[in-house]
Amino acid sequence: MSLLSLNNVKTNIGQYAVLHDVTFTVEEGGVFVLLGRNGAGKTTTLRSIMGLWKPSPGSISFRGQDITGLHTADIARLGIAYVPENMGIFGTLTVDENLILATASGRIDPDRLKWVHGLFPALEKFRDKQAWSLSGGQKQMLSVARAIIEPRDLILIDEPTKGLAPSIVDAMGEAFREIAETSTILLVEQNFRFAKSLGRDMAVIDDGQVVHAGSMADFAANQELQDKLLGLSM
Amino acid sequence: MEQVSKTFEKLGGVNLLPIILAAVAFMLIGAPSSWVTLTVAGLAMGMMVFLMASGLSLVFGLMDVLNFGHSAFVSFGAFIAATVLGGLSGWLASDSIALNSLALAVAYAAAILFGLVAGWFFETVIIRPVYRDHLRQILITMGAMIVAEQTILAFWGGTPYSVPRPHFLEGSWIIGDVSIEIYRGFAFALGAVAFAGLYLLLNRTRIGLLIRAGVEDREMVESLGFRVDRLFIGVFMLGSALAALGGAMWAGYETLITPALGAEMMIIVFIVVIIGGLGSIEGTLLGAILVGLMSNYLGFLAPKMALASNMILMVAILLWRPNGLRPAVK
Repeated sequence: MSLLSLNNVKTNIGQYAVLHDVTFTVEEGGVFVLLGRNGAGKTTTLRSIMGLWKPSPGSISFRGQDITGLHTADIARLGIAYVPENMGIFGTLTVDENLILATASGRIDPDRLKWVHGLFPALEKFRDKQAWSLSGGQKQMLSVARAIIEPRDLILIDEPTKGLAPSIVDAMGEAFREIAETSTILLVEQNFRFAKSLGRDMAVIDDGQVVHAGSMADFAANQELQDKLLGLSM
Repeated sequence: MEQVSKTFEKLGGVNLLPIILAAVAFMLIGAPSSWVTLTVAGLAMGMMVFLMASGLSLVFGLMDVLNFGHSAFVSFGAFIAATVLGGLSGWLASDSIALNSLALAVAYAAAILFGLVAGWFFETVIIRPVYRDHLRQILITMGAMIVAEQTILAFWGGTPYSVPRPHFLEGSWIIGDVSIEIYRGFAFALGAVAFAGLYLLLNRTRIGLLIRAGVEDREMVESLGFRVDRLFIGVFMLGSALAALGGAMWAGYETLITPALGAEMMIIVFIVVIIGGLGSIEGTLLGAILVGLMSNYLGFLAPKMALASNMILMVAILLWRPNGLRPAVK
């Protein structure tokens, strides 16, 4: 059974049809990368999975359970975490409070916290700082840390490298590799070099439709296809 | 200029404003006894306005709801408490502080209970269908305010309604040349306790953490697995109960109340919420104290300016800080 399946998903935002026909399947484990040009519908796809925008018609299933139409909170409780493009950090809360909020019980498992701090050491240093005072890279780390502070089956991450320094992008890549050993990541990314280094499977979305899906290794080896689907050579 | 700003922030930032205002007023008023009386009156007024405004600020910040019907809770709180106090006039006239206090506690409890139940009804029936639609929110909550005012008129009549005070809260404390009305001291103390309770709830509990996070980013809180809509009902009920308590205390302060009480207070309440910063309890307290002090000082120094004082304060603060003094979202 696939971990996540989207079947003929169509999503409208107001009067505009953003997703026309999105169909793809994410298998358990590793990193699945969703590629596409700006405005192609990648973020809308993640938001539709989270129930933040309701697909109509079409269906989304997680571990075989139909989650179309479920409340966002109920979807999250099934074991899906979301790292939005704007990071969604609560600026007036401290780093620790941001993490505590993401736990079901209100208590962080110390071993888990140690592992998270190992992935993102800066967060340990600024535990009591209000999150608005962190740098862009640290905020992105906190956003990812919040998604993994408790075990999740699937983590949706939207353009995590946007605007980050190369050294932080490298550190983020290392962290994603380690996270993907225990969780599945569905990554939306424009930085193809970064996506290529992480992805096992991939799909390209264009004008609200999936125009290609397959293995990342095959796609990375096919320059002509990249030029055609992504519009530029990367 | 940057250095001045840094020094100001180091010394306490916007929290210093009431102290600066009080110091300026002290120099202008001249007579220390008058200044103390006006300051206590301003603080007491500020605390009562804080109670009325805190719920509105949270509802505004967390739920993005413009609730002009908030004044209905203030009015009903005042009239319900006044009616209960009237019914317990025997206890109020007694020399026993215990009986006096019990009568007051029953009256405030009745107002709070009304606020909780009416808040639940209001959120479920009136507000929920118009979430995310500000124009309809304004229309329907204004309508609810008018209906509430007319309902009070039908039940309690249009003539000013007398509010009895407990015996132990009558009179003044005389300290040297200074006269401090006991009720004002009591209102300040009760408001301070309510603020402390609210502060602890928001800053020391998981529910508070969720509310503060929800004020910043509702979608993200839901993406973490929490039903914010259920949290809304609780916050709305709490806000309504605080408004009713504020109305009940204001009734005792004024001693004569009319059905228009809530609507009249709403102007001040909205000014406090705006200058304090949406969704911020600390900001609301700061705004309420500034409004209370400013009204009393200007009422003494330049009575003709008193009516405009709050507007002047709001304009000055918004020109300096467009998001208010201590906005919840940074």
